[in-house]
Amino acid sequence: MDLELILNSLPKLLPAALVTLKLLISSLIIGLIIGLGFAILRLNKNIFINKFAYGYSYFFRGTPLLVQIFIIYYGLAQIEYLRSTFLWAIIKEPYWCAIIAFSLNTGAYTSEILRSAFQTIKAGIIEAGKSLGISNKIIFYKIQIPIAIRQSLPAYGNEIILMLKGTSLASTVTLMDLTGVAKYIISTTFKPIEVFIVAGSIYLFMTFCIHNLIKFLEKKYSFSN
Amino acid sequence: MDLLAFGKTGWGDELFYATLMTIAVSITAMLIGFLFALIFTPLKLSKYKTFNFIGNFYTTVIRGVPELLVIYLFFFGGSSAIMFVASMFGYYEYIEINAFITGSLAIGIISGAYSTEVFRGAVQSIDKGQFEAAKVLGLSKFTQFYKIILPQVLRIAIPNLSNVWQITLKDTSLISVTGLVEIMRQSYIAAGSTRDPLFFYSFAAVLYLILTFLSMKLINRLEIKYSRGF
Amino acid sequence: MNKFKRTIFSVLASLLIIGNVNATDKIKIATEGAYPPWNSKNEAGKLIGFEVELAWSLCRYIGRQCEIVEQDWDGMIPALQLRKYDAIMAGMSITDERKKVITFSQGYADEVASLAVMKGSDLEGMETPAGINLTKPDSAAKKALKTIEAGLAGKTVCTQTGTIHQNFLESGDVGKINLRTYKTQDEVNLDLEAGRCDVALAAAVAFVDYAEKSGKPVVLVGPTFSGGAFGNGVGVGLRQAAQMGENTTLGKRDAELLRAFNKAIDQARKDGVISRLAIKWFGFDASM
Repeated sequence: MDLELILNSLPKLLPAALVTLKLLISSLIIGLIIGLGFAILRLNKNIFINKFAYGYSYFFRGTPLLVQIFIIYYGLAQIEYLRSTFLWAIIKEPYWCAIIAFSLNTGAYTSEILRSAFQTIKAGIIEAGKSLGISNKIIFYKIQIPIAIRQSLPAYGNEIILMLKGTSLASTVTLMDLTGVAKYIISTTFKPIEVFIVAGSIYLFMTFCIHNLIKFLEKKYSFSN
Repeated sequence: MDLLAFGKTGWGDELFYATLMTIAVSITAMLIGFLFALIFTPLKLSKYKTFNFIGNFYTTVIRGVPELLVIYLFFFGGSSAIMFVASMFGYYEYIEINAFITGSLAIGIISGAYSTEVFRGAVQSIDKGQFEAAKVLGLSKFTQFYKIILPQVLRIAIPNLSNVWQITLKDTSLISVTGLVEIMRQSYIAAGSTRDPLFFYSFAAVLYLILTFLSMKLINRLEIKYSRGF
Repeated sequence: MNKFKRTIFSVLASLLIIGNVNATDKIKIATEGAYPPWNSKNEAGKLIGFEVELAWSLCRYIGRQCEIVEQDWDGMIPALQLRKYDAIMAGMSITDERKKVITFSQGYADEVASLAVMKGSDLEGMETPAGINLTKPDSAAKKALKTIEAGLAGKTVCTQTGTIHQNFLESGDVGKINLRTYKTQDEVNLDLEAGRCDVALAAAVAFVDYAEKSGKPVVLVGPTFSGGAFGNGVGVGLRQAAQMGENTTLGKRDAELLRAFNKAIDQARKDGVISRLAIKWFGFDASM
């Protein structure tokens, strides 16, 4: 066990961990917006809108994230037309391709989590709101959304951790995230086990923090039911 | 569309075999995962702190570290670990495990961590009364488990296990490092050779969707079968 | 619990049976299969290339049966150490860094590297000598490096991970660049062509082959590189006998294999086999 290598690789891996966090947070924020949007679409009465939202969610949850990244990074770059538009400035960068792929992916899972949270809100609460004369719109924004968010916390916490692991796929499109740098160090030192122990520990630490953050939020926002 | 033709010029037959390989690896990994779950679930539920720790260590680490890292670590470290174990049995020659087993084991270890969690949750949600009743009936510990507890565990666990199956199926896309030719690797080869990544990766997505869809249908049937008599 | 122990034991035993003990006589040689014209795959998926054919020749000289297997580049050396195969012939240059963990036969061919761009790039027509050697760089070489550094400043340069090309670009000899590394040469080519990379670095013949096969206007620029970070030719990668212990059966086998390959390369060179294959695959005699 090469302890010296473990210590020496830390200064290279920690900045890369920041890249991972950047990817994670950006994707989660965009994904949350997408997810909320599609969750609402899924609840819509119109069957076309409903099916469309379902299709989006089915596609991104039913295919591996690796395929999604490759389609966006390599597939889109192939389309000559796209290369001549302003979109090329975005697609050209692997960072944005990764964010797009991650956001769409987490958006799909998030939309499912939120949708099921919306659908399990006790009808009684909505009826109570209506009987108080509150408009549908306000019921939605002031009552349903907060309740849905709170009920989704455990499942969403899981999703955050899944997304953290998903960011490791950014290394397949040249991004130097934690996994990317780990692979690079291994290719020059030929000592996979030591490097993976360090990189793995950093991921575990991040998982641990996220887990505790979610627990804290759950406690803070729980109803005294 | 003639890119997909079967035979020499088209990639259809390669992709077909790759799909079969994906299915084979997924099933094998899932079963290996069950083996791991069979070992680690009791550990997690045990009253002894050390067993508890071992069980929790397994599920926490494997579920908390990216699959790419686990697969890499297993691939690079696994063979030497097996050789080390074998040398304890007095076997000093080198061993070579074929790519299929390596890949399935790697995914199996990951799948097992999720399955362990599912089984643990399922066992814990069974009414204590069932355990007591089984004991009272004077059956052997084995029969208690297999004939009374396990069927109930399966009924509760199947929906969550279908999630684990989906995860396992999609994780097979990551084992190209072992050289196994499954859907992702074959698409990669085809895309590189024809310089048409858009077509082949999109088609790969379609293949996975088909597999997902068929899996759902099959699992729904299983769910119905196991809910009989409740 | 007896039944339990028995099941575990039988599982382990069957894993051992499914895995197979490597036949002692056959030599397993690994290649990447993704680095034409050194090694690649034809439409049927069969491994072809300069090194594939050279491997068959060398095995004939050694007098043993050979099997050529495919291996991803980034797992090439670790898998050798794990005894998945016995030798590497994958355009792997002999470098001091690699010699720390594996050993090499004598070199059998030279791999000159070059920068490449798409036609129309402003790097075309760079004023440099035709080739420079970096082992003992003379003033012309140093001047060329400065020209290159100026040209590459702020540009995105792409190359394959874990290669001598990556080492060179990171050595600082060409100053600060935006470096991107990829798993395979194919991916480098794709992104170069897509415009994500301003310039790429790899074996000159790799770009020439890509230009021919794809019809894309890829152009070599700058000098050809050799020596220094680019190593001293391409050789057969082998396990160090010291890894298992020089006096063990396995260690002796590894040392024997090194001797056998060196002898075979000598004979192949004398018979002109290497030159002939080099001309066939590279278009010129790249043999050492």
